[in-house]
This record gives sequence, C-alpha cells and structure tokens, in this order.
Amino acid sequence: MSHLDLLTFARGSALNWALMLFVAGVILRLFEIYSLGRKADLAVSRTEPPGSGMRTVFTRTLPPRGMLKREPVTYISGYVFHTGLFLAIFFLAPHIELFRGLTGLHWPALPTALIDAAVVAAMVALLAQLANRMASPVKRMLSGVGDYVAWAATLLPLLTGYMAYHHLFFEYTLMLTLHIFSVELLLVLLPFTKLFHAFSLFISRWYNGDWFRRKGVAS
Amino acid sequence: MNQSDQPDNLPGTVGEGLEQRGVSRREFLQFCTTMTAMLALPPSMASVMADAIAKARRQSVIWLSFQECTGCTESITRSHSPTLENLIFDLISLDYHHTLQAASGEAAEHARALAMKDNEGKYLLIVDGSIPMGNPGYSTIAGISNYDMLVETARGAAAIVAVGTCATYGGIPKADPNPTGAVSVGDIVKDKPIINVPGCPPIPVVMTGVLAHFLTFGSIPELDELGRPKSFYGETIHDRCYRRPFYDQGKFAETFDDEAARQGWCLFKLGCKGPVTYNACATAKWNDGTSFPIQSGHGCIGCSEPNFWDAGPLYKALSMPVSASSFMLAGAAAAGAAAGVAITWHNRSIKAAAKTAHEQVTVQDLMREDK
Repeated sequence: MSHLDLLTFARGSALNWALMLFVAGVILRLFEIYSLGRKADLAVSRTEPPGSGMRTVFTRTLPPRGMLKREPVTYISGYVFHTGLFLAIFFLAPHIELFRGLTGLHWPALPTALIDAAVVAAMVALLAQLANRMASPVKRMLSGVGDYVAWAATLLPLLTGYMAYHHLFFEYTLMLTLHIFSVELLLVLLPFTKLFHAFSLFISRWYNGDWFRRKGVAS
Repeated sequence: MNQSDQPDNLPGTVGEGLEQRGVSRREFLQFCTTMTAMLALPPSMASVMADAIAKARRQSVIWLSFQECTGCTESITRSHSPTLENLIFDLISLDYHHTLQAASGEAAEHARALAMKDNEGKYLLIVDGSIPMGNPGYSTIAGISNYDMLVETARGAAAIVAVGTCATYGGIPKADPNPTGAVSVGDIVKDKPIINVPGCPPIPVVMTGVLAHFLTFGSIPELDELGRPKSFYGETIHDRCYRRPFYDQGKFAETFDDEAARQGWCLFKLGCKGPVTYNACATAKWNDGTSFPIQSGHGCIGCSEPNFWDAGPLYKALSMPVSASSFMLAGAAAAGAAAGVAITWHNRSIKAAAKTAHEQVTVQDLMREDK
C-alpha cells in the first residue's frame, strides 16, 4: 500500500467511520446527560432577576479576582492553547475546505503563516500545561489516565499538522495521512472523554449560574 | 538492429553518429549540461557525460507496449532535448517498438528476437502499459500474451525502464474495479533492476534523462522507495510550484474562471493534487519548457502517483472527504439519537425501580432500632 493509498483510506472509509462515531457519540452523550433531569426545586428562588445563567457563561471565561496571579500558567496557557486550536481548526484554508465538503458552508481563511504561529503557541501552551500539571502536587493527584490521554489526543493533530506543513520527519503524503488519522482518533475519543466539554461547557456554565441564582449567589 | 550487422554508413558509437549529423561539440556539451542539471549531478559531470556518451556504442533498446494508450510514446516523440530523432539514431538503437517501427508481423518479432540474442544481458527494456493477469487474451502481440512477452524479454535485459503510470503502478487499467486484473512491471519482474518513470504520460525529458544516465554510468540512477529516480521525483509539485506563495498567503481560485483564477492564484481548492504528487512538472515543464498543467490553469491530478485514479475525486480539494456526505452524518445523528432514547429509557427505568423500591422510614422505625 503506497502512501497515497493510505491517504485515500484516511480521507475515505476511516474518516467516514470517525465522523459517524463522533456525531452519533455526541448526540448520544447529550441525550444521556440532559435526559437524566433534575428534581423539581420546591424552594422559592432567592434572587428573581433572570439572566444569571447567561452571565455565568461569559463571566466564567475570565479569572476570578486574584486567580490570575495565583494560577498564571493555567489561565494564560489555557487562553493561548484554546485560541490557537480554534484558529487552526476553523481558519486554515484546507480545513475550511473540509467543512465545505461536509456542510457546504465556507468562510475566508487566514494566512498560513499566522495559523502556523498559532499552532506553535498552542503546542507550547500544551507543554506548559503538562509541566504545570506534573509539577503541582494537587494537580498531579487529581489527574487520572483520562487526563493524559485527552492531552495527548489533542496534541497529536497539532503536532502532526505542523510536521506535515514543514515536511518534518516523514514525507508529506505520509505525514498528512498521520495527521488525518490523529484527528480521527480525536473525533472518536471526544464524545467519551473529558474532551466532551467542547459541547457541554456552556450548558453546564448556564446551569450552574442559574442554580446559584436560586440559592442567592447570582453572578 | 544488431550492431555487428550494421552497414558501414551507420555509426558505431554515439559520437560518430553526432559527427555524421553535424552536431557540434558545443551543442553536445550544452545537451550534457542540461542533462546533468536535470539529473541533479554536479556541473563537472557534464564533460564526463559527454565523453561517456560519445564513446558509448549505441544502446540496444527494446520497447514493449502493453495495455496503454500510446500517450507515453506520444510524449517521448515530443522530447525536446534530445529530439526523438537524436534519441533513436544517436543515443540508442531502438530495435523494437511496434508503434514506431516500419516492420510488422513476423519481421517485427524477428527484430526483437535478434536484438535479444545479439545483446543478451546488455539491452535495455522499456515497457509502457500494464499487464493483464485476468485473461491472457485481453492483450496480445503477435499472438503472444503480454505476460509471456514481458517475462521472455526481461530475462536477458540489463535493466528495465517502466515508463508511464500503467507500467509502473498499473495506472488507469488497474483502476477500480480493474476488469483485466492489470498489474505493473514490478509486480511480475523481480530479478532485474527496474527504473520507474511514472506519469500519464511522463515528462519527455525525464525519460531521456534516465536513458542518458544509463548510457553515461552504465547503471541506474538513485531511486526512491517507489523505484523512481530521486533527481526527478524528489520533490512535490506543490513545493516547486510558482503558485505556492499564493497558497501560503491564503489566496485561492474558487472557480476556473473567477478573478482569482485569472490572477493565477493557487488551485488547491479546485482539487490540485500538487501537495502529494512527486514529479518534475513544475521545474522541467513540458513542450520545450513552455508550461505545465498548473501554469495553464488546471490543478495537478497526481498522475504520477500509484492508484491516482482511485485517490478521490479530481476536483475535490485534497483536504475534503473522499466520500463522506451530510446525508451520512444525518444518519449517524439519527442513530445517536436512537441510542440516546434507549439509554434515557434505561436510566429512567433504573430511577423508577429505585423509587419503587424505596421504603419510607419513620421516626418510630428509627426509635425501635435504637432500642
């Protein structure tokens, strides 16, 4: 099997299965989480004005007072990593073509050099996060296998994409294939690991904000 | 033709042939300099090549055409440097080529048999076209199956040059569902050095460059893992493309006739396979170095790569899925929703069972237990 054959498989059957597992997995998890429901709260809400849930969705993006100084690595690397990953996924021209191929939707791309810089920043941030996680006794104790798997599964697409673009390690066709495989691994893992926060994050923020309002600690 | 039987007026060496045709030393050196550059050899090798080729006896070449479209022959007849005329009469002795030779039938086959006998172990075998393994009758020459003719002719060859994607990797005849059971030369011949010169068709100067290398050094050039000469197939079209800066800047043609296309922007979105295609089109170019597909406004289709015909739609960007569709994703979403409903029902029934099994404990019960 030549490298091009492998690439055709990665873009074909492998991608089809990964996408189907991803979509089915995400819908399944959303059903699973939200269909559990909550017991009706019979107490009278402490604070009436609504909007606390929505506010929390945004306020939780910013660090609480004093936390940035206390946990600079967590916050700064978190911002840098998520921004870099977001730009790479949604604004690299070949990726936009992937979305166009799947949905018909497309939008303008950013220059490749900018995406390249964003990816480097994101990878450095990921490494800083790992170092921080291992250096901090509390974080190390809280970390399980799932955390490290999620970290590796997120780093791989960035790393392989970077290496493919810069022609490092393997020749381009093979490296591009490995990049696509790594994305497929991420797609399959995402619904069933903590990476699912990509979908549950804002809804759980809203839920917490709304719940705290009822308890009288509205944001 | 057998060299020992050559009439006196035919040259014995390439140098004599050049002299007879009035080719000056300067012109010949110019040709050798071009060839050394093409083969990525040091400039000093030009004179070595000139000496070696001038002294070389005309190389006996047998050219076999199997399941092919004659495009490779068409391409080499447009080889600008050297011209086919030079190539045939000065550099090589083309003893058998059933499209180009005047002889036909028994006489043609006799020429092949004679060349094989007289140049046993020394002749160069060039093959274009794939070999059908499904049924020998799918492609025959003078009643001989392609497989038998290849095996028989390869036996006494010094080396084999597989030209064109059909001979190198099976090409279009091998495309799914491969009705003839087409295979490449390398799938059949295992005990001879094989130089793969893929392309549909290959660039003429690549074909002649490989021949010039063989004549100069008497050996085959350095090959990559797919058997291709590294000097011609070492880099992708994309990396050597003059439109590459547009790719890096994110400037793409969206259709073949939009303003961006007229400005010569990158054709990646229109399905160009340049990033995964290893060939010299962007540097050697075609028609005497005039142009190549991307320069004329069409993306690369990756014709020099194995199984390019089955490597996804030609007009879909390389990063687009080969076959995934929104219909498929909707199906997956429906399956996910159905599984979600099932898991909801399961969870709720556990909850309901727990509720049913729940026994209320009163204060009296607790007080009784205390006693």
